[in-house]
Amino acid sequence: MKGIRLDPGLPVIGVIGLVALWYVAVWFEVVDKVLLPSPTDTFRALWKGMTGGRLGFDFWRTVERTCLATLIAAAIAIPLGIFLGASEKLYRSVEFVIDFFRSTPASAMFPLFLVLFGVGDETKISVAAFGAALVILFNVAYGVMNARKTRLLAAKVMGASRLRVLTDVMLLESLPQTFVGLRNGVSLALVIVVVAEMFIGSTDGLGHRVFEAQQLFAMPDMYAAIFAAGALGYGLNLLFLLVERQFVHWSGK
Amino acid sequence: MNREGGNARAASAGPAVIAAAGAAGSAHVTIRGLCKRFDDAVVYDRFDLDIPHGKLISVFGPNGCGKSTLINMIAGLIPTDGGEILFEGKPLRDIKFGYVFQNYREALFPWLRSLDNIEYPLKLMKLPKGERKARTERLLAHLGVKLDLRRYPYELSGGQQQLISIMRALVVEPEILFLDEPFSALDYEMTLFMRDQLQRVFVETGTTTVLVSHDLEEAVYLADRILLLSRRPAAIADYVSYDAPRPRTGATLSQQDFVRVKAHCLDVFQREVRKA
Repeated sequence: MKGIRLDPGLPVIGVIGLVALWYVAVWFEVVDKVLLPSPTDTFRALWKGMTGGRLGFDFWRTVERTCLATLIAAAIAIPLGIFLGASEKLYRSVEFVIDFFRSTPASAMFPLFLVLFGVGDETKISVAAFGAALVILFNVAYGVMNARKTRLLAAKVMGASRLRVLTDVMLLESLPQTFVGLRNGVSLALVIVVVAEMFIGSTDGLGHRVFEAQQLFAMPDMYAAIFAAGALGYGLNLLFLLVERQFVHWSGK
Repeated sequence: MNREGGNARAASAGPAVIAAAGAAGSAHVTIRGLCKRFDDAVVYDRFDLDIPHGKLISVFGPNGCGKSTLINMIAGLIPTDGGEILFEGKPLRDIKFGYVFQNYREALFPWLRSLDNIEYPLKLMKLPKGERKARTERLLAHLGVKLDLRRYPYELSGGQQQLISIMRALVVEPEILFLDEPFSALDYEMTLFMRDQLQRVFVETGTTTVLVSHDLEEAVYLADRILLLSRRPAAIADYVSYDAPRPRTGATLSQQDFVRVKAHCLDVFQREVRKA
């Protein structure tokens, strides 16, 4: 049998296929022209919006909120996750609460946070941080709890104190799982921020842009904003992957 | 048929005989009245053992008899349920020792370069950087190891990784070295090579060494004495001496002496297995 060598250009095929299909759909007017603008119009709107248009500004507002939310979430959840994960008993005692709120749709928390923080940015960022924090917390705690027992023993047998075992071994052992949490957390934060920008008295952000374009029936703009949001989500994930590969070079080895 | 030759004087089980044997070379580790149980299984019940100074002891016995449990208790990795383990009269916390795990992949720190892995226990001892470097270099020169230590453990072969583990255990200049089936995850070629590396370390340093092995050939080849354990609760089935000169080589394996000792150990082992 012939060995399989994967061409790095392979993913491009899917993109070309989708755009081609889109062109065909527009050409034969499968969907109403107003609802489905041509790829050319959409990408022109995307280009114009991102280079000096409203879309670029909204894009960066969303980046700002998402990053701030993730940062806050990480700052709270990582130390707390380590603390809880270091004692399995402790984690088991709060596991249900964490899992319960992790399973609660963060969007259901909007009204509560609105009461607490008003209609400003604080609400959007804090709901997103809340959602992301639980995801990060759970992953960090599991990363710490699942630290390889042999490695902990090895440190202990060499005379490491409990604190040294924690800082020299457990923390590093939990890093790969922490990054899984961060990647999931930032994705969730983006979802929550975009939804919040649509409905919670917003004047900017990608969510607001999509919503406004739809209200004005500016379809190319709406699609452009959707693509910008997609690119942002993908880019954030990729960024965390690259950082992870740099800092957690041993992951999966 | 008597298989016990001149060099392979086997002591029969029992602390009195062991103590007598220990008098020849002073005892480094004395174990008295050791007890250990896991749930319902009694693994050790008033177990006595002397480990002589500067000798390499192999521990061999039926599966699940508690070979690893024994060295893990001696090295303080798992608690005992009773009894006393002393190192020339001192408790474990007062001595320096090295421990080599079977699973080198999980025992080394993948986030540290090999060199930093070796130096890690020195860091725990709070030695200054220069001293750490000097010690590591001394050890490397001593062992004649040619490895790129700037690499991460996962970039090395299994044997090389285990070699790093052994060096990490040796760098503190331990009084006693424990190895728990250190070569059982390696292929045969690497195992042969590593046996000779270990022998070389032993000849060079003369450190009291306790090796748990599941391979009788290896147990005899490396040992000054082979500790044969019975089934649970583990007792000393035999404590066989083997004093062929070192360095032992491939030729040793076919010498009469070796063959006789190994055959005797196998007899004892099979007798113990059949008892079940």
